[in-house]
Amino acid sequence: MNDRHLIELIDVSKAYGGDVALSHIDLYIKDGEFLTLLGPSGCGKTTMLRLIAGFIMPDEGRIEMDGRDIANVPPYKRRVNTVFQKYALFPHLNVFDNVAFGLRIKGADKRTIGRKVEAMLELVNLKGYGGRYVEQLSGGQQQRVAIARALVNEPQVLLLDEPLGALDLKLRKEMQVELKNMQQRLGITFIYVTHDQEEALTMSDTIVVMKDGVIQQVGTPTDVYNEPKNPFVADFIGESNILPGIMLQDYRVRMNGVVYECVDKGFGRNAEVDAVVRPEDIDIVPAENARVSGKVVSVVFMGVHYEVDVDCGGYEWVIQTTDYVEKGETVGISIPPDAIHIMQKTRQTNLFDAVAYPDDGEIELFGRRFACDGLDGFETRDDVLAAIAPADVALVPPQDAELSGAVKACMFLGTHYEVTVACGEEDWIAYADDYMEEGEEIGLSVPADRIVVSGNEAE
Amino acid sequence: MKRSNAGKNRGLSGLRMKRSVFAYPYIVWMTAFIFSPMLLILYYAFTGDGGFTLEGIRAALGWDNVRVLLDSIRLALYTTVLCLLFGYPVAYLLSRMKKSTAALLSVFFVVPMWMNFLLRTYAWKVLLGAFTNILYTEGAVLLGMFYNFLPFMILPIYTTLIKLDRSYIEAAGDLGANPATTFLKVVLPLSMPGVVSGITMVFIPSTTTFAISQLLGGGKTMLYGDLIYMKFITEQSWNAGSALSVILLVFVLISMTFMKKAERTTSEEEGGRLW
Repeated sequence: MNDRHLIELIDVSKAYGGDVALSHIDLYIKDGEFLTLLGPSGCGKTTMLRLIAGFIMPDEGRIEMDGRDIANVPPYKRRVNTVFQKYALFPHLNVFDNVAFGLRIKGADKRTIGRKVEAMLELVNLKGYGGRYVEQLSGGQQQRVAIARALVNEPQVLLLDEPLGALDLKLRKEMQVELKNMQQRLGITFIYVTHDQEEALTMSDTIVVMKDGVIQQVGTPTDVYNEPKNPFVADFIGESNILPGIMLQDYRVRMNGVVYECVDKGFGRNAEVDAVVRPEDIDIVPAENARVSGKVVSVVFMGVHYEVDVDCGGYEWVIQTTDYVEKGETVGISIPPDAIHIMQKTRQTNLFDAVAYPDDGEIELFGRRFACDGLDGFETRDDVLAAIAPADVALVPPQDAELSGAVKACMFLGTHYEVTVACGEEDWIAYADDYMEEGEEIGLSVPADRIVVSGNEAE
Repeated sequence: MKRSNAGKNRGLSGLRMKRSVFAYPYIVWMTAFIFSPMLLILYYAFTGDGGFTLEGIRAALGWDNVRVLLDSIRLALYTTVLCLLFGYPVAYLLSRMKKSTAALLSVFFVVPMWMNFLLRTYAWKVLLGAFTNILYTEGAVLLGMFYNFLPFMILPIYTTLIKLDRSYIEAAGDLGANPATTFLKVVLPLSMPGVVSGITMVFIPSTTTFAISQLLGGGKTMLYGDLIYMKFITEQSWNAGSALSVILLVFVLISMTFMKKAERTTSEEEGGRLW
């Protein structure tokens, strides 16, 4: 790997019929690196791969390869090859002809084709399979043919779209190692799409974590695991304890009422933060000589370790340990300073366009009237901006509310859940004490004194 | 325990009996309208004045008759080639369109098929007579056949193309094939099963057609179907007509064997390939 930027995406956006798939993406990919695009389904990772392959064109922005804009270059003119999710091997050709497809198009002579194809089949452990047809091969073999068919063209970049998704666990593990070895031996840049965080951590040089068409974090596997930038990354990459805290001063954080020493600084005094503690970094100690103790509420054997939930009053810590503890036992917990990772609080506010009706003491939001204080100084029918803090949004049964919507996402933030509710065009953020199923219908209500109205400066 | 088992078995076999009953009407139909006429034709083809004879078959293989057969095959080939040349692009374009647009456009090809083909052929006769001078020529017969059989070429090809996984096309582009090469090396070979069944559905009915040539050819273009019709209806010679029918039947069976073979080598399940 070297530091040359082979591919660069500059302010790239893409929407499908109004649905934003990628929003203002900036990313560079270094020559020879193994880069993984990681995120839940619908996060835009496959869209990004298809943009680089050339199957789709960006709505906005530039895609540069070797400094040249290739955003509108058709796929067959790019030095990029793809391993498709379902392999897309040609059913009318045998294995040899599948692998030889790209070379024949380039007009290579018969001897070169024969030599290169045989060498490639040997590389993917399919020597002697040239005469077979695709449907005579197992999933793992088909997958290797797909890799051979792409690699034989000696691309600068190999794109892999969840290539191991269809394989069983054991084969997937083997292929992960094989792919990584192959990449290191050939020195080709791999761009790998997956939703499997473990796969990403095992194989990558760089991980790009994505959500809702936006890059959340770019970093080495160690970086994203140990220093997640926000609760989403922390939650998506491995298991973690995420809880709100107060950064009292440099190196001192208060979580769940207890002050801990930590290694982070630069947040100022008494700043609200989110803290992440990985379950394997917490030690279980005898209760009598611990500052913090709690009751073991569950113990699950996971093969190599136990996963233990300890209720310390107000927060339930998830701990991974090799020592057995009894359910119901009171234990002490100890968190070393370098196990605590402090993140800037992602302060989310619901911001909506509204129309003021000061005479009625109401504003109109999405065609519905809401009682609202603090409308002095606004004229009737003024366009205003309404800001509502997520903590002030009350979740009520749909039949009791003016406004209702479907739960789009629900994420545990340590002491509460952050719920995203889709109401028509707009998403509302609210906090809840209990987990909510995705798709559940829920009503929203806001007290009149909790809507902060300001003039709409966009006008 | 035993008794209840026996009862169950009886119930099952009773059910099986009932199911096969549904096939009876079809078997009766087959016997009455397919097997018996076939047997009659075979009987008349191999009998003459009061006994078994190969005289009928020998006469049917006379040069005059074989020439009509070859003429029919030639016209059927022209029709098939025309339908293929015109039908494949239409099917391809339809398959690339939005589903709703394609559905609307394919109505234009399908709706005429709901009308009796004799009616459509009469319409052509009127049109060709009024606006052109090709009525009662071989060209008019060819036009009529092309028009009548075109949908049978478009539909099977359209069906295979619409089922073609787009990722094959993307994969070809990814491997460096421009759109033309992608079509030749991927789309066309993968649509061969549709092409073969299109050819079968056009070529075989075309060789046996007779009314179109009578209406649009005005008796100048004699097809094999017309010949059989003439022997049976005009000359009332059932032996000669049957002998000709047997020859045609053998020819159709041979062509169908070829088509089946082609279908097998182009369909992916058999692992065959075109090149």
